[in-house]
Amino acid sequence: MSALTELTLAELQTALESSTVSSLEVTHAYLERIAAHNPQLNAFITVTGEQAIAQAKAADQLRAQGQATPVTGIPIAHKDLFCTKDTLTTCGSKMLANFVAPYDAHVVQQCQAAGMVSLGKLNMDEFAMGSSNENSYFGPVKNPWDLTRVPGGSSGGSATAVAAALTPIATATDTGGSIRQPAALTGTSGLKPTYGRVSRFGMIAYASSLDQGGLIAQTAEDLAIALQVIAGHDARDATSALMEVPDYRSALATPLEGLTLGLPAEFFDARLDPAMQSRIQSVIDLYQSLGATTREVQLPHVADAIPAYYVIAPAEASSNLSRFDGVRYGHRAENPVDLMDLYERSRSEGFGFEVKRRILIGTYALSEGYFDAYYKKAQQIRRLIQNDFKQAFAHCDLILSPTTPSAAFSIGAKSDDPVAMYLEDIYTVATNLAGLPGGSFQAGFLDGLPVGYQLTGPAFSEARILNAAHQLQSVSDWHRQHPEGFAHV
Amino acid sequence: MSLVAEDIQRVAKLARLGLTDTETTQTLDKLNAILGLIDQMQSINTEGVEPMAHPLELNQILRVDQVTESDHRAQYQSVAPAAEDGLYLVPRVVE
Repeated sequence: MSALTELTLAELQTALESSTVSSLEVTHAYLERIAAHNPQLNAFITVTGEQAIAQAKAADQLRAQGQATPVTGIPIAHKDLFCTKDTLTTCGSKMLANFVAPYDAHVVQQCQAAGMVSLGKLNMDEFAMGSSNENSYFGPVKNPWDLTRVPGGSSGGSATAVAAALTPIATATDTGGSIRQPAALTGTSGLKPTYGRVSRFGMIAYASSLDQGGLIAQTAEDLAIALQVIAGHDARDATSALMEVPDYRSALATPLEGLTLGLPAEFFDARLDPAMQSRIQSVIDLYQSLGATTREVQLPHVADAIPAYYVIAPAEASSNLSRFDGVRYGHRAENPVDLMDLYERSRSEGFGFEVKRRILIGTYALSEGYFDAYYKKAQQIRRLIQNDFKQAFAHCDLILSPTTPSAAFSIGAKSDDPVAMYLEDIYTVATNLAGLPGGSFQAGFLDGLPVGYQLTGPAFSEARILNAAHQLQSVSDWHRQHPEGFAHV
Repeated sequence: MSLVAEDIQRVAKLARLGLTDTETTQTLDKLNAILGLIDQMQSINTEGVEPMAHPLELNQILRVDQVTESDHRAQYQSVAPAAEDGLYLVPRVVE
């Protein structure tokens, strides 16, 4: 048998069910790997070792009593944007560097109730604003495939932790690509569910009409198992969907004959890097060998998704982040002379550059006289983008594209050029604007660095996306490659 | 449309962000580059298009009108930077 930490979540499940291993052994194995590799990778902000061991012992007891759920005793780690009761929840910011959440996020509660073991909290771009994880107050996360490169962002800690096998699975969030882009750059599988599929209760808000919680794991099968745990209606999130949750795992086996994959002409034009195109073509060839067909579709307004996103997301952020005032929680400036000084200095000291930039852009876009030119215009473009997708899905089941324009870039390469950084998300933001589910899955390697392909589906088609990706993983082994230097022992 | 330093200072005031002169200068070019990207939108014809605020066509769900929340004041104030006798402390606003 291979090392415990090399197993997928599905394989761990089998091993736990057959009592080949205990949750305590699995948890110890992961905590040891975290201790050995996290100093180099910086994927975890907080490791909750003692709590994890207590949860693992409890999980083993539940299993012995015949009360285990399918994920009892399986370790998970949470992006540090999900509130965890009595544990530090920083959102990657100095503003919340000392914030101990008074309650658990819905997603965290669901994982705990199912008996999963929480290993700790994962690094991220501050307030989920970034595509490289360089915007964290707690320092950049490294890509285990090349320590001089970024893992992507904002869920960079989640992606690196899974890629380096510091956890079998991690929660993550996606506002404009923050699950899919880091999954692509680290050779992992990531799923951003439909807006409303997973409760946002206890997720620290960035852009509320776009934010969605999801997962990063090694395989589509692992995503299916864990999505079953976190999906579903929650009355505490007014935008949580009242839609039944299907059985994601049993849908994985559906053959792909008859599946039509749409290839957007706008994504497969001359601007697509030829090396990336050949990677995506090899994925398309495999899908065709499994019985799927492809056809060209049009998304005429997709090029306008980035400008519209960089109005809507900052506008919502400027409103959401007004709650950080130095009064009720978070960073407070010392010796304020008056209330205005308290607000201004607490916020200036607590927020990093990118967060300040987005608050300024959002405040400007919403300020008197500019609303129609910016926010309303962006919302109209959002409607046009949603209509594009509706029309495309009349001709295909899922849309296939690259996840990112290229493989992981070097740390520092784009950190002083916000516009270049924003264009990282060129293939992913439209999905968020339309509220659709999207996944990124392994598409092989370019010069030794992993790249991903993206599947986007109609609302609530997570089962179909995971089914297609799982079938592809059953005839490829890109998802089974591990970064050198992080060998399993 | 290009912003000048006074615009940034005005917006920063609205956002309750204190920026030094150096920070304002450093921010100016970057914000103008971002606004340049955003201004691509202006070339799109959106006449008569209904703005989309939200991806789901949701109806507000009403809950039963009964008390469900218990008192969490002490717990929530335990993470406040300055609180006393159940009150949040701020600099004096009324002389």
